[in-house]
Amino acid sequence: MPSLKDLKNRIDSVKSTRKITSAMKMVAAAKLRRSQEAAEAGRDYTLRMDRMVQSLAASFAGVDGAPELLAGNGADQTHLLVVFTSDRGLCGGFNGSIVRETRRRIADLKSRGKTVKILCVGRKGRDQLKGDHKSLIVDAVTGLGGKSGIQYAEATQLRDKITGMFEAGEFDVCSILFNRFQSAMTQVVTLKQLIPFTASAVNDPGVKAGDEGGLKASYIFEPEEEEILKALLPKNLGVQVFQALLESAASEHGARMTAMDNATRNAGEMIHNLTLTYNRTRQAYITKELIEIISGAEAL
Amino acid sequence: METTAELVQFELVAPQRLVKSQAVEMVVVPCTEGDIGVLPGHAPLIATVRPGVIEMYENGMRTQSIFVAGGFVEVNPQRCTVLVEEAIATGAIDREKVEARIAAAKQALEDAQSEAEKAQHESGIEMLEAMLDAMESVVHTHQ
Repeated sequence: MPSLKDLKNRIDSVKSTRKITSAMKMVAAAKLRRSQEAAEAGRDYTLRMDRMVQSLAASFAGVDGAPELLAGNGADQTHLLVVFTSDRGLCGGFNGSIVRETRRRIADLKSRGKTVKILCVGRKGRDQLKGDHKSLIVDAVTGLGGKSGIQYAEATQLRDKITGMFEAGEFDVCSILFNRFQSAMTQVVTLKQLIPFTASAVNDPGVKAGDEGGLKASYIFEPEEEEILKALLPKNLGVQVFQALLESAASEHGARMTAMDNATRNAGEMIHNLTLTYNRTRQAYITKELIEIISGAEAL
Repeated sequence: METTAELVQFELVAPQRLVKSQAVEMVVVPCTEGDIGVLPGHAPLIATVRPGVIEMYENGMRTQSIFVAGGFVEVNPQRCTVLVEEAIATGAIDREKVEARIAAAKQALEDAQSEAEKAQHESGIEMLEAMLDAMESVVHTHQ
């Protein structure tokens, strides 16, 4: 049986843990509000950008000479997975669910005889995947989103890295895996194919039925299609990557807030139980001492 | 066309927010190859937008003008969507702030190492100067 002093020490240590987790919860909640606003505000732009590229892609369907970023390079052998995780832990199942999905995708692609390459965004994803898929990780980007949140310039750097690899012929198909922010409690693991562009990339809610009417129309282009595509495609990639970063950041803070809320509650429960045990033990000691004194007096 | 008989649904979107989403009679968008006026039932069009002023018309009057910093426009019979980097109502442009940004961009241009960086800052300065022009032209029309 633990002594009174041991119990007291444990209660104190759980109390200080609770202080830390509740502080982390507050910080995450404050960050969540900002990043959630950013992620939700960016959705409008991303959605419409997607729609515009889709219109362009539709007019290019079946035509030779479409840019490779749009139509792909014809091959389907090497797949690049860009995995968005966080740099820091203590955020519940946030990184775990992404890594699990990544492993599933890798196994799936490998079983079909494809080559897989992984680009990790965030330290946690790299650390977790390093164990069993070290040879597949081509690069890792960490430390995104400083004090002022995710910057668009960071997304363009990442985009340039991806397009650079594509132009160097290092992969044929590029997909991103990230947590889409739904609420502080729920994040949805989302897979989106970036290169070649797929119409199925537009599965966002908010695309109203009947919107497809405009897609089949033949568009007038000013300037030439090639020129617009040359400007629009990298732009679209940048925006998609940016949005993924924003969604991932919002999801991370949401997940951390929920996890820390749970941790704080559990710590409270533990303190309650330990305090009960402490008091019982204290009473038992007093009773024991009383019995000793009384029986001592009787013996005289 | 069945949805809007005489109005065109105009949407102006910046990366940070949906700036405008409303039905208007006509909207004039500054494209790289000349301004285009979009009326309901316009032929499908995709074009690049240069830094300039978007003008919205309602009841035969110009009701709002918004400065945009380049982007893309997609027009189909139902909708006119403009995607831009930055959008600001011409009335809200602050001359001092813009001038400060021009000075900062010029400084950055001098410090730029690579060609790509230089080109980026140059187009940035061009955009900011267009913003000043837009503000001035509005001041003149009001006088």
